[in-house]
Amino acid sequence: MDMNQYLSMFIDESNDHLQSLNENMLLLEGSPSDLSIVQVIFRSAHTLKGMAATMGFEDLAALTHQMENVLDLVRNEKLAMQDFIFDTLFKGLDALESMVQDITEGGEGKADVSGIVASLQAIVRGEDLSAAGAGAEAKTSASDPSANTAIQLDEFQYSVLNQSIADGHRVLYVDVHIRENCQLKAVRAYMVFDLLERSGEVIKSSPSVQDIEQEKFEHSFSLYYITQMDPAELEQQILNVSEIDKVTVMELDQESLQQMNEMGMASQEAAAVAEAPSKEEAPETTATSAAPEQAVQKQAPQSSAAKTPAKSSGATPSRTIRVDIERLDVLMNLFSELLIDRVRLEQLASEVQNHALTETVEHMSRVSSDLQDIVMKLRMVPVDTVFNRFPRMIRDLAKSLDKKVDLIITGAETELDRTVIDEIGDPLVHLLRNAVDHGIEPIADRISAGKSETGTVNLRAFHSGNHVFIEIEEDGRGIYRENILKTALKKGVVTQDQAAAMSDDEVNQLLFAPGFSTAEKISDVSGRGVGLDVVKAKITSLGGQVTIYSTPGKGTNFSVQLPLTLSIIAAMMVKMGSEKYAIPLSSIVETAIVRKEQIRTVHGNKMVEFRGQHIPLISLSRIFNIKDFNENEENETEIIVIHKGERLAALAIDEFIGQNEIVLKGLGKYLPQIKGISGATILGDGQVALILDPNVFIR
Amino acid sequence: MGEEIKVIVFKLGSEEYGIEVDKVQTIERMLPITRVPKTYTFVRGVINLRGVVIPVIDLRGRFGLEEGEYTDQTRIIIVAVNDMEVGFIVDSANDVIDLHTDRIETPPEVVGGIKAKYLDGVAKIGDDRLLIMLNLAEVLNKSEIIQLESLEE
Repeated sequence: MDMNQYLSMFIDESNDHLQSLNENMLLLEGSPSDLSIVQVIFRSAHTLKGMAATMGFEDLAALTHQMENVLDLVRNEKLAMQDFIFDTLFKGLDALESMVQDITEGGEGKADVSGIVASLQAIVRGEDLSAAGAGAEAKTSASDPSANTAIQLDEFQYSVLNQSIADGHRVLYVDVHIRENCQLKAVRAYMVFDLLERSGEVIKSSPSVQDIEQEKFEHSFSLYYITQMDPAELEQQILNVSEIDKVTVMELDQESLQQMNEMGMASQEAAAVAEAPSKEEAPETTATSAAPEQAVQKQAPQSSAAKTPAKSSGATPSRTIRVDIERLDVLMNLFSELLIDRVRLEQLASEVQNHALTETVEHMSRVSSDLQDIVMKLRMVPVDTVFNRFPRMIRDLAKSLDKKVDLIITGAETELDRTVIDEIGDPLVHLLRNAVDHGIEPIADRISAGKSETGTVNLRAFHSGNHVFIEIEEDGRGIYRENILKTALKKGVVTQDQAAAMSDDEVNQLLFAPGFSTAEKISDVSGRGVGLDVVKAKITSLGGQVTIYSTPGKGTNFSVQLPLTLSIIAAMMVKMGSEKYAIPLSSIVETAIVRKEQIRTVHGNKMVEFRGQHIPLISLSRIFNIKDFNENEENETEIIVIHKGERLAALAIDEFIGQNEIVLKGLGKYLPQIKGISGATILGDGQVALILDPNVFIR
Repeated sequence: MGEEIKVIVFKLGSEEYGIEVDKVQTIERMLPITRVPKTYTFVRGVINLRGVVIPVIDLRGRFGLEEGEYTDQTRIIIVAVNDMEVGFIVDSANDVIDLHTDRIETPPEVVGGIKAKYLDGVAKIGDDRLLIMLNLAEVLNKSEIIQLESLEE
């Protein structure tokens, strides 16, 4: 069968399930006795197993199955969660993740998981002796065909059946035998289930549905079924399925249901009793050793669990569909075309001066700006999709460094453009690792500094204007100016004179200089030479900025500022002679006109006065070799004051055209990077205008 | 064994050149070109081709030939090689011919002032027409341009 069409769906859903497994395991680690979390984990693992088995990824299914066995014991309170169980399960999750990753990259999803499987099996078999052994045995004996007359119902299922009988539905006990020579018994079983589910509901089957799907049954299965159908008719219908040998349908009333259930209980207990005695004395020790461990564990992570309730409640199912990102790109491109036409229409309408036309065009403009909002929103993804892997990462990292760290995430619902989301993950990982490795002190240092043992890393995301801020703030040792300068001098990043003249901000920015690393020890976590300079380069390439705020001894805050979107920006259109350029509005402080005598020359550089300070006047016409414009020939020059961080500069231009929403386009692959030009856009008249990158002009 | 290929024929000066048809996307009349500052001298700028911004180069300039005025015969041939889309400004383009690859011969050192490495070969078509087949990958080779540029400085 061709599975390709389902593969992407499988990968998406597997990742979702792995993510939820990870999250809930962390929650559970915070409150190991909360069985409702175990239920959620179990369901995720179970679905994952089913999907993997259907898609034929057997290793994946086998490992999930083993994990499920452990979880099943926990769920039924036959096994208490302990530290090493968590570790084993986490290891299992990692293995699952790498398998899914392999599948994503076109592999077979195969991996040697025998080690993990063995330790999982050991947990099921040995570690928790009496109850687990009995439970596991009972399970296998239940799936044994000889025991098929007795299905054990849990309280809930029993009450459902009971209620159904009371409500006048028919409760049937169905026993199906498939012919011994049947090749595809799972398929036949499936056909029976399919048939049944068309006119009623299967409450419980033995062996379980998933075991049947995987052909883990001999030649028969039995089930409880609620329906309105006549038993004889049902029997006939099931027999119509090919290769069915024998069907017994028995209608139950409340009394017989009770009897059946007791029979089920009895057979289960019998199995348990048979297995248990030999291993009677062990549970005491396990239980006592488990208890204090739990108590210790509760303290630290529970606080983090308590602080993220918004997140778990935010997981309510929303009505969504999955759309290929490429289709959204196409939609975006088509919309860009529309936007260009809109600008063109607006131009034409203002030329023609026809009232009706102007009105129509205005209406269209309003609709299209609403449409633009929606199209942009479609591409927005909550930062949670990046953040969700961090709690796990911080947990592992803190463990390996022997530190105690709480990660507090706020604003995970903040949305960013998909393209930004895809790129921002690695830089954030880097910054977080830095925060835990270099920022948070070892426990001993923290105590002697009078801080609490557990360090806190705040990961915050929030909107502000046309930007999204992501802040990583820890209460660690902070950044010491002298330490940075010492290293910077040693590595030759700055000279002694420069160092003395630098402001604290400038010193902090030195952290982003290539080849700079302040940690004295090189650990495997960070400080591998590639450092913050890569982070900064990445963020800058996304049109963002990083700022560091730090108080020595108190902690550090890395603040990352990112643009909301990368594809449509507001820009000021200007004319330079016959050429038109676009300047992103985000870099513009204001526009002004200066007279010739206001321009001064300092050290050969032209300066103008702006709000009490002198800022350089940059000649675009000279930098870009514009032939038909030269501001020196004008008595009054239009200027645009631009900023890069705190620093200002003025660009001399010929004429303002106006403000416009422009669609960013690349210049094509053939041209090399051009300094000062970040891309191109298409104007209303169909011509191409270049977009300036003002940051380049300010050094 | 060779095969039949279709070739777009265009002119630079009096010479006739050929590009395999499957590398050509479209042939356009002259379009408004936006100058791009601070780039290779033979890059005329960028054009808007149905919503896509494409750089155009003057093929005469690329081959170091004298650049002429544009006429109503001037065409922009949009080619796509190695994921790059580039427009070539040529004097005229008005023919598509079938050519057997066996008839393409290794070029002499210099043909019409163009170095042999930019050429795939020369084919004789008709009685005294010579068709010069371009090696597009080499024409668009950027590393060589960078060397060329640095020599000029």
